[in-house]
Amino acid sequence: MHRGKGMKFVGDSRVPKNSGFVPPKDYSEYPGKTEAFLPNFLLKEWMVGAVFLVGFLVLTMAEPSPLEAEADPTKSGYIPLPDWYFLFLYQLLKYPYAAGHYKVIGAIIIPGLALVGLLLAPWLDRGPERRPLKRPVATGLMLLAIVSVFYLTWESTVSHDWKQAAEQGKIVKKVSIDKNSKGYKIYSSQSCVNCHGQNLEGQVGPSFIGKNIPASLVEQVAVKGIPPKMPANAFKGSKKDLKTLAEFIAKSSKK
Amino acid sequence: MLAKLYDWIDERLDITPMWRDLADHEVPEHVNPAYHFSAFVYCFGGLTFFTIVIQILSGMFLVMYYVPDIDRAWDSVFYLQNKVAYGQIVRGMHHWGASVTIVMVFLHTLRVFFTGAYKKPRELNWIVGVLLFFVILGLGFTGYLLPWDMKALFATKVGLQIAASVPFIGGWIQTLLQGSDVVGAQTLARFFAIHVFFLPAVLLGLLAAHFIMIRRQGISGPL
Ligand code: HEC
Ligand code: HEM
Repeated sequence: MHRGKGMKFVGDSRVPKNSGFVPPKDYSEYPGKTEAFLPNFLLKEWMVGAVFLVGFLVLTMAEPSPLEAEADPTKSGYIPLPDWYFLFLYQLLKYPYAAGHYKVIGAIIIPGLALVGLLLAPWLDRGPERRPLKRPVATGLMLLAIVSVFYLTWESTVSHDWKQAAEQGKIVKKVSIDKNSKGYKIYSSQSCVNCHGQNLEGQVGPSFIGKNIPASLVEQVAVKGIPPKMPANAFKGSKKDLKTLAEFIAKSSKK
Repeated sequence: MLAKLYDWIDERLDITPMWRDLADHEVPEHVNPAYHFSAFVYCFGGLTFFTIVIQILSGMFLVMYYVPDIDRAWDSVFYLQNKVAYGQIVRGMHHWGASVTIVMVFLHTLRVFFTGAYKKPRELNWIVGVLLFFVILGLGFTGYLLPWDMKALFATKVGLQIAASVPFIGGWIQTLLQGSDVVGAQTLARFFAIHVFFLPAVLLGLLAAHFIMIRRQGISGPL
């Protein structure tokens, strides 16, 4: 070791002068068909990478990334769903022994054990064997973990109401509604506004916008309802008012 | 000409050791898919890195349009997605790239696990790897809120409730991430900062450690 004594440096730097170039070993000195990273291997890697990139770009063009309606904290009926790689955890927390009182089990203990197990794997599995079949416990536990994650993910997609999910997140066109019109005044003084929204955009009940609902249907539904979700006799008032209301909704629903 | 330039730099900076570590090293036969097709499993680490580069680049372009403010976040994403030329591709690369990254880290972890590559002397690199995995999941969680659409808001509410259920420090974690009593303006600002500054900084540091260790130790031998 020089440790700096008696060495000459480039200027006042710490780079030694004439340290002597140690040529890298020739690749033929390595066993088997070892090849140089640059350029031999990297060029091939880049070709594969380029193909991958083209495929990926095609995906981004063919499949637009999803965007739901702007966040609205008042819509408490929304059924939440995380991105797909958290679904297994989400599903785990639905089981009675991992939810409610036992939430700590599903949210902390099980994932915590998995994390600690993963971190300590080199110390839990200390034998010299590297082949999977020669260390059955480690391999078995990992396979079990993989199967559980896949199973939970699959379960969560089966039990999710995808139709409602698509409906609840839809971007609804914002339309200007004449809030001073007689029709709107009747609408907002009735119960309708609570379920169908201040701007007819929908709350518990569906939005009217863009649905092109005929006035006759509104009149009928306002009285008879649509069992079981839309109550009967939602409208309370005179026949004339009902007609004005129906025409207002029919007109607005064309927007 | 190039050789001369190299010598000129080398004399001043002694870059040969660095250059060897970066590019001029060997690729053993057992990890080279050109010789053994099944060796493609050794490419997952490199592919993960490739997708991370995609995430960083597309993310830098996203920030040119994105506004981390609850009034305008959604509108800015909507505008980028529907009005800006090639905006759909920029957002698509980051959105789908996130999923591809997760898949690749998962596969890479499995490759390392099933080839027993975490054993002595590579224990430290395995730990760095597990931390990388969690940083990536953290990036996924914080990024999901940023478009400020319905699924973002309600999924984050659930996620923060889960964080709050951690014994003793749960409430503290929730306050730290949420920033106020509700998931709102403060939360979005914090998630944005965590997603684009804190976690990427940690990610790059861990990646540097990961790669330095791989170069020091070389890839594990054939089974
Ligand atoms: C308790 C909540 C509630 C109230 C109050 C309510 N609705 Fe509804 N309404 C609903 C639901 C839920 C549906 C969807 C029913 C279904 O499709 O099963 C609906 C459906 C409708 C439809 C059919 C929409 C379509 O797309 O075909 C009309 C029209 C309608 N409501 C009008 C009214 C009017 C007018 C009032 C006020 C007089 C009113 N509703 C009050 C909940 C409500
Ligand atoms: C952030 C994402 C990551 C990147 C970009 C990355 C990158 C790489 C690369 C390029 C290699 C070389 C070998 C190969 O490609 O298979 C490697 C090896 C390794 N990785 Fe990762 N990695 C990441 C995450 C992880 C994770 C999550 C783990 C484990 C939990 C891990 C553990 C290891 C170990 C132990 C090695 C050495 C393997 C050997 O020598 O055979 N890495 N990594």
